[in-house]
Amino acid sequence: MSSITSLTVANVAKDLRLEWRSRDVFNSMLFFALLVVVIFSFTFDASVEESRRLAGGLIWTAFLFCTVMALNQSWARELRNGVLDAYRVSPAPPEALFLGKCLGNFMLVTLLECLMAPLFVMFYNLSSAGSLWQLALVFVLGTWALVVNGTFFAAMSIRTRNRELMLPLVLFPISIPAVLSMVHATMGILTGDFSAIGSIKLLAGYCVIFTTLCFLLFETVLNAE
Amino acid sequence: MKSKLLPFFIGLVLTLLAYGTYQALFGAPTEETMGPVQRIFYYHVPSAWTAMLLFLVNFCASAVYFFTRSPKADAWALTAAEVGVVFCTIVLITGPIWARPVWGIWWTWDLRLTTTLIMWLLYVSYLLLRRSSEPGSSSMLATVFALSAAVDIPIVWMAIRWYSVHTQHPQPVFGNSPSSGLDPQMRYALFANWFAFMALAALVFWFRYSVERMSQKVSAAFVRKASRSTAAVLGMSTLLFFQGSPNKIPDPKHIFLYSAYAVTWIIHISYLAIIGRKFARLKQEQAEL
Repeated sequence: MSSITSLTVANVAKDLRLEWRSRDVFNSMLFFALLVVVIFSFTFDASVEESRRLAGGLIWTAFLFCTVMALNQSWARELRNGVLDAYRVSPAPPEALFLGKCLGNFMLVTLLECLMAPLFVMFYNLSSAGSLWQLALVFVLGTWALVVNGTFFAAMSIRTRNRELMLPLVLFPISIPAVLSMVHATMGILTGDFSAIGSIKLLAGYCVIFTTLCFLLFETVLNAE
Repeated sequence: MKSKLLPFFIGLVLTLLAYGTYQALFGAPTEETMGPVQRIFYYHVPSAWTAMLLFLVNFCASAVYFFTRSPKADAWALTAAEVGVVFCTIVLITGPIWARPVWGIWWTWDLRLTTTLIMWLLYVSYLLLRRSSEPGSSSMLATVFALSAAVDIPIVWMAIRWYSVHTQHPQPVFGNSPSSGLDPQMRYALFANWFAFMALAALVFWFRYSVERMSQKVSAAFVRKASRSTAAVLGMSTLLFFQGSPNKIPDPKHIFLYSAYAVTWIIHISYLAIIGRKFARLKQEQAEL
């Protein structure tokens, strides 16, 4: 167990260090998110009430696109110099690699969300009618759902011919229930019209089920021949 | 399946489809409130049931492949997904054609409609993944995706049930409530059509499976078998087109009904043409070998 923990930590540290030195993924992700927010805000010129209703969908669509961008890069980096092949032949458990990638991407996307939140509030004049801790919970669970599935399916799509193109095509259909729950919960909290507890439970269930599934199947995907 | 039995089976499918279509158009009574357009039901519902069954087959075959790595199970999974997508496409097209005159709208984000659409998206992306992955790893990656999709569908169902408060789709007609009863004649037409479409699915499945196996290991025996069924299946569908048009001149008011039936057959025939072309190409490749 301790070897998995230390390997995971090593993987996360390596990914973050690489990202810290180049910052190419994070910068492009941040700028892309900014563009999406700006484009959305003038395509939907909404009043305060309307924007509360719309914001859930807009926020999560923007983060979904940004996550896809980050995830593709996180595996593409490993293809250079055959790092992935080296990992495959090493005795290190593949779960540690997967968990490391998930945690690294989770940190990256969470940081992005923290930076983008004030922009959303500013552009859409948002204020929450519901409780903030619920909103925080939705963001943690929602980000985890996107990242864990995204990391898994990015590992899958990186092995196909049209690599980067394939990830959204496989990730989006699978993530639909999670996205629906995030949007519904966020909408419920922001407008205060209905309770978000049901959606949060569903989202939590989705996270548990797909985290388990991804961990069980990751080795198969990594070694699929 | 013995190749000797094939012409007999094709004849049976043809008869069943002709009989089912006849029952749907003339046998079953006209529904009181919706009128003739309700007859789309006899194509729509059996196609939906068949599609669900095929997706279930895909899941089972994928699970078998996951544990045994048998190329046969892989061919089963691919075939089931592909034929399932064809049937599901028909469901998604005949549904709106029915909904437009009855509800006044083509589409609504209702529980059943949305779930079916997402299911269709999932299996289309399964087929895309298969197409674009490298030959060596394609089967295993697709299997992993199929298992994830199968886990996803119940969650989709729950999420949408939670999400959409209203439901517009007619409730299941075979439920427990007394109001859900279906006229015996209608029920008969429905089951006649379901049986016929299941038989058609089995035939197309077998043909597609043969082609897939052939592309897996090109063998002369498969070519002979499959070549016979190409002509037969294409011929059968063409015959059905004629069967589909009744003796009396179609009332223009029934345009929705006839367009739904026509679309069903256009899709089936186009799909068969695609498999036929794939088959012809494989045969050519085999000849070159």
